[in-house]
Amino acid sequence: MTILAFDWILLLEKFILIVVVIFGSLGIALYSTFAERKVAGILQDRPGPNRAGPFGLFQPFADGLKLIMKEEIIPTNSSKFLFVLGPILAMTAALMTSAVIPWGSKVHLFGRDISLQIADVNIGILYIFGVVSMGVYGIMIGGWASNNKFSLMAALRGASQAISYELAMGLSLIALLMLTGSLSLKTIVEQQMAPGHWWNIVYQPVGFLIFIICAFAECNRTPFDLPEAENELNFGYHQEYSSMKLGFYLFSEYVNMFISSVVMACLFFGGYDIPFVNEAALSPNTAATLGVLALLIKSFIFIFIFMWVRWTIPRFRYDQLMNLGWKTLVPLALINMLVTGAVILWRMGA
Amino acid sequence: MQALTTRAKQVQRKPLSWVERIYLWNIFKGMLITFSHIFKKQPTIHYPEQKRTFSPVFRGLHVLNRDEEGRERCTACGLCAVACPAEAITMEAAERMQGEEHLYREEKYAAKYEINMLRCIFCGLCEEACPKDAIYLSETFTPSDFTRESFIYGKENLLIPDPVKQPEAFAKARGLN
Repeated sequence: MTILAFDWILLLEKFILIVVVIFGSLGIALYSTFAERKVAGILQDRPGPNRAGPFGLFQPFADGLKLIMKEEIIPTNSSKFLFVLGPILAMTAALMTSAVIPWGSKVHLFGRDISLQIADVNIGILYIFGVVSMGVYGIMIGGWASNNKFSLMAALRGASQAISYELAMGLSLIALLMLTGSLSLKTIVEQQMAPGHWWNIVYQPVGFLIFIICAFAECNRTPFDLPEAENELNFGYHQEYSSMKLGFYLFSEYVNMFISSVVMACLFFGGYDIPFVNEAALSPNTAATLGVLALLIKSFIFIFIFMWVRWTIPRFRYDQLMNLGWKTLVPLALINMLVTGAVILWRMGA
Repeated sequence: MQALTTRAKQVQRKPLSWVERIYLWNIFKGMLITFSHIFKKQPTIHYPEQKRTFSPVFRGLHVLNRDEEGRERCTACGLCAVACPAEAITMEAAERMQGEEHLYREEKYAAKYEINMLRCIFCGLCEEACPKDAIYLSETFTPSDFTRESFIYGKENLLIPDPVKQPEAFAKARGLN
């Protein structure tokens, strides 16, 4: 069926995929809030929320309902347009990242090969970096528009932190990209799936370490949650926010966490590769379903690590944060890059 | 100077070494500690379903006692109200009429006896002051409620069930079964 010389079914299938991915991310973020409280509880020898529904499973809905029912307050002296724009930007940036993530290989449905990736951009990683840096604007604009000193301070902290750690993150990825020779996430994942290839974590352990530390900083998670430091900045950049606008900020943090977990799984842990299983032996649809499951399980493990770290490590002081970023992680990433380059050249020569 | 405890540790003010400055090893140790807590037993008592048992000396909700024949022991002498440091107790006395001997133990009784549970500090001084063994602090605590008025407990809330007429309710109130 081609009308106007255009594959309309492709449009439809991409649209369905987008809807599934966005609602999926939102759903996972919703239950991440629940998981966060459960993990916090269990790590602190208490049961966590267990009253709403069986095992407290309806807790996120109760929380969401509570947030929606709250009064929507826009401070008189705030800059109103930017005040509303802030949470929108934070949420949009968080959700947009999922566009280039390969959720699985192809499924064969209705006589068509449907790729489980919204857009296989050949500069996928650059796109992710670009969109993630957009997320800083959400914090910056929100903090600035609130017309509140604490919010502004938090926004400044958040911005400088994000910029510093993006640098180390980018440098740590350059080493990985020298290995893979491609910026497309799909290609990177498929390279790791190829027989005779290990996952990238084996080749780039230092790079992964730097990447995960920077991911913590980018998601504003403890130990780098300076922008929302409750006890010194009074809740930070979303102090003046209430109701669902606050909800968007809190929620985008969890979406970010999920997406960065998926990105880490794709880059370093083989994406939708099922360990010790030859996918080619399975039928394509089973392989794709199991692959999506594998990717999700990998990213859930990362989400757990995010939470585990949050309930273990106290917040860094600001100078410690900057020291760690500029004086430790950036040099380490540079050394890692040089060593990787040297090894690649040596192997090419040999 | 002698140290106060044996567990005191001298604070190290050495500058951090390189390994310490990248924090990783110490962070890893800390994460192992929190991970070990996953397998620890939770001390939580899930309140409405599980209740902790109180010791027999627990000072909880007040009970107005009856004697073995089911007569109220209180004579409205007012000593509990005098002893009460929170001034939570008020009462009105009345004279026992002819034919009420099976209800009240002595010639005078409390027609009205009220304790404001929001004022009460559960110190148990009323229990100590009572010469007639009429008021006791039980092993239950005041249930929550929505209005302040409902926390003023009258005789209908405080009086223990009649041991003769309602033996089961009495046994339950005494915590015997």
